[in-house]
Amino acid sequence: MAEFKRPESESDFHENFPAKKPLMNKSEAFYESSRCLYCYDAPCMDACPTHIDIPLFIKQIHTGNVEGAARTIYEANWFGNACGKVCPTQELCEGACVYNHQDIKPIDIGRLQNYATEAVMQSNKPLFSPGPDNGHKIAIIGAGPAGIATACELRVLGYDVHIFEAKDKPSGLTVYGTAPYKITNEEALREMDYLQNQLGFKIHFRSPINTPEKLKEITDNYEAVFLGLGLGATAWLGIPGEDLPGVVGAVEFVEELRMTKHALRIPDRVVVIGGGNTAMDAASESARMGAEQVYLVYRRSKQNMGAYDFEYATALAAGVKGVFEASPLAILGKEKATAVQFKKTDGSTFDIECDLVIKATGQAKQGKFMEMLPNIKLDAKGRIEVNERYQTSAPNFFAGGDAVNGGAEVVNAAYEGKNAALGIHEFIQSKTV
Amino acid sequence: MNKTDLSINFAGIKSPNPFWLASAPPTNSGYQVMKAFDAGWGGAVWKTLGVPVVNVSSRYGSTNYRDTRMAGLNNIELITDRPLADNLKEIEEVKKYFPDHAVIASLMVESKAEWQQIIKDVENAGADGIELNFGCPHGMCERGMGSAVGQEPEVLNTIVQWVMEASNIPVITKLTPNISDIREPALAAVSAGTDALSLINTIKSIVGIDLDTYAPYPVVDGKGTNGGYCGPAVKPIALHMLKELAGHPDIQKTPISGIGGIETWRDVVEFILLGATSVQVCTAVMHYGFGIVREMEAGLRQFMSDKGYETIYDFAGKAVPNVLEWKNLNLHYKVVASINADKCIGCDLCHIACDDGAHQAIALPENGSRIPEIIEENCVGCNLCSLVCPVEDCITMERRDDGSRFESWEERTLAGNTPSSFNDQRGGGVGHFVPPPADALKTKRRDRSGIRNK
Repeated sequence: MAEFKRPESESDFHENFPAKKPLMNKSEAFYESSRCLYCYDAPCMDACPTHIDIPLFIKQIHTGNVEGAARTIYEANWFGNACGKVCPTQELCEGACVYNHQDIKPIDIGRLQNYATEAVMQSNKPLFSPGPDNGHKIAIIGAGPAGIATACELRVLGYDVHIFEAKDKPSGLTVYGTAPYKITNEEALREMDYLQNQLGFKIHFRSPINTPEKLKEITDNYEAVFLGLGLGATAWLGIPGEDLPGVVGAVEFVEELRMTKHALRIPDRVVVIGGGNTAMDAASESARMGAEQVYLVYRRSKQNMGAYDFEYATALAAGVKGVFEASPLAILGKEKATAVQFKKTDGSTFDIECDLVIKATGQAKQGKFMEMLPNIKLDAKGRIEVNERYQTSAPNFFAGGDAVNGGAEVVNAAYEGKNAALGIHEFIQSKTV
Repeated sequence: MNKTDLSINFAGIKSPNPFWLASAPPTNSGYQVMKAFDAGWGGAVWKTLGVPVVNVSSRYGSTNYRDTRMAGLNNIELITDRPLADNLKEIEEVKKYFPDHAVIASLMVESKAEWQQIIKDVENAGADGIELNFGCPHGMCERGMGSAVGQEPEVLNTIVQWVMEASNIPVITKLTPNISDIREPALAAVSAGTDALSLINTIKSIVGIDLDTYAPYPVVDGKGTNGGYCGPAVKPIALHMLKELAGHPDIQKTPISGIGGIETWRDVVEFILLGATSVQVCTAVMHYGFGIVREMEAGLRQFMSDKGYETIYDFAGKAVPNVLEWKNLNLHYKVVASINADKCIGCDLCHIACDDGAHQAIALPENGSRIPEIIEENCVGCNLCSLVCPVEDCITMERRDDGSRFESWEERTLAGNTPSSFNDQRGGGVGHFVPPPADALKTKRRDRSGIRNK
């Protein structure tokens, strides 16, 4: 029997994916914030890729300046609310909390952060306003965390900002690629609305820049371009049977799940191939959608998995079974996938019968797009090369996020986008002087 | 565990233990006092009797510190608003149920005739003693009573004389801390023949202002008034005043009931060590109920057993001789801080406390480690780092002198060996390390957030 009943309604769906970091109430925020030691040059700030002044915002929450706390957060990170929910805080700020050295529970930083950001979003009170119009136009390709962060920062500096997005929602993987118990679609989009209402950047949805003509139109009309491309579709494994029905990429699977929720039917037996955080998410989600049997199969040992330990624990808790040191040889089946054949390290093989195969074996780069920009240098792994100001080898092109770092957290993209905006600002200023 | 006997005989008032309820809201009625005795309290000073008052609604305000509620409590309630006859009847009833417990009537009236009448009344009701409320610093003092008396030693002396003429039961004079030298009213009471003293009553206070209405707490219809401050926050002031009396040659024979922020057995022991032989509690009961006496009693018994004391008189006042004037302290005593690197969690509060708030004697290693290092030659042994350290026993103060030399400021003064001019080279800080002022700008905290503000 599966751990979870198949969700029949939106409320069933949310019941199967309860918030991992539920919103604190006022009393909990008060008591939790009182525990912060206000460390000097606090390690949590160092551990946060956006270097939010965490002790400051915690003290502000404690003293009842919740709006000030939210401002402290957003000044460092435009995805302040999303990051509180989706960041692997155990590995970042909370992992660096000095209480860990004393075997005392670290401060619940992510949830305190959300307490403040939720409060300002609910009040709908703007924290920022666009800078005076400076007459310069900047284009951003991709409305993911990197692109949106760049847009926000540029708006504060007075730029006219246009974002071109292939899909129909902003925030990228925050809404399309995160496990639903971390953040809901509504929560992800509410923050985007909150930012857009204050700062007024323009997003052109369903506007993929996929031809040289469209790209030329952008370079002709905008003084600088930020590439927030993210990554592409799930990469091919190159094994027989990969094109059978019943074989999906993890990124595509998660996106479909998030967009269709309870309407997505998961078959009884699922095999997830991979050992990264996306594999853990896909496996957990399959189980929570009511699959009877979910195997997570990774080619190397448990210790070698790229996923965080807590993500694997989350999958196990949902009823997922881990199988290690087994590489996929072939996906079996005639009209659809019915099993996956694996090879063990000793050379022997075995099959796991299944109705759905989810490949969580990494995403391809946006190679096709980059072919349109041959003078932008890529590194050996296909990542866009940038300098410390996130400027590419083509001076009017800047880049950040997964397309540059190869695939990291929302918080990394938010940081890179913000810095890229400052790089763009310097670039424009140097041109106009 | 040896036999510990907690019973006391306080100026003739017998009580099964030294834990008394102070005259305050918890002793407003016979119901409360009986409930308290049943819970383990040895005595109760009844809510002050007199001509019944009219109270306001909204009576208490609180000082909260971080997650601690009521670190200090501010009170604008007056004396009893109940008819004297009702109170007397209830005192009588309590004494019937609890003949061996101490019931002390707190009194506050104006004229000699009133004082002498009310004393007879409470004696007839069976009270074991009387406490004179010369302390209440709000409301009643505006009418010439309470702290208005406690602040005028001559008036206090006269009233105590009236009381002593009339009273056949022990009299405790309760003092106000709202005075510059607590010894003056105490001496006035002692010379008028009081049997005992108690202190402190509450301290005049404003605990806070409502940031929307600009009215002080507790807010009464948009306005407020000063209250009387009590609770854990006032304990240090109470301990000091207690020591002022317990260490005074003309007062030290008079029993003292200690009051002011007592909540735990540790507080109780400290008050007894500074000379109190009964303690009175109010705020802790208002916060947690009468049941907190169990922790006090168990802790006191444990302490006495550990130290081998049978009665509280075995250790009462033992700390008094150790409280000296500054001029008599040993100038050659030297301690320095020591950090236990195994226990340190790297919060670096000691570093910044010392660097910003003290003597720049705690450095952060160049290699980026967060375990700070003591610069012994800069350390003046001030204790600050050990006070801010959040880890138990991580920073300790270690003695560096060999204990062979003693020299006090007084001795140096007598020997003519004290700094006497502004640039005297005998000043204690001469030659002590101080970084050049401009170094302050080199060690600026990295401003990594809000990168727009570069």
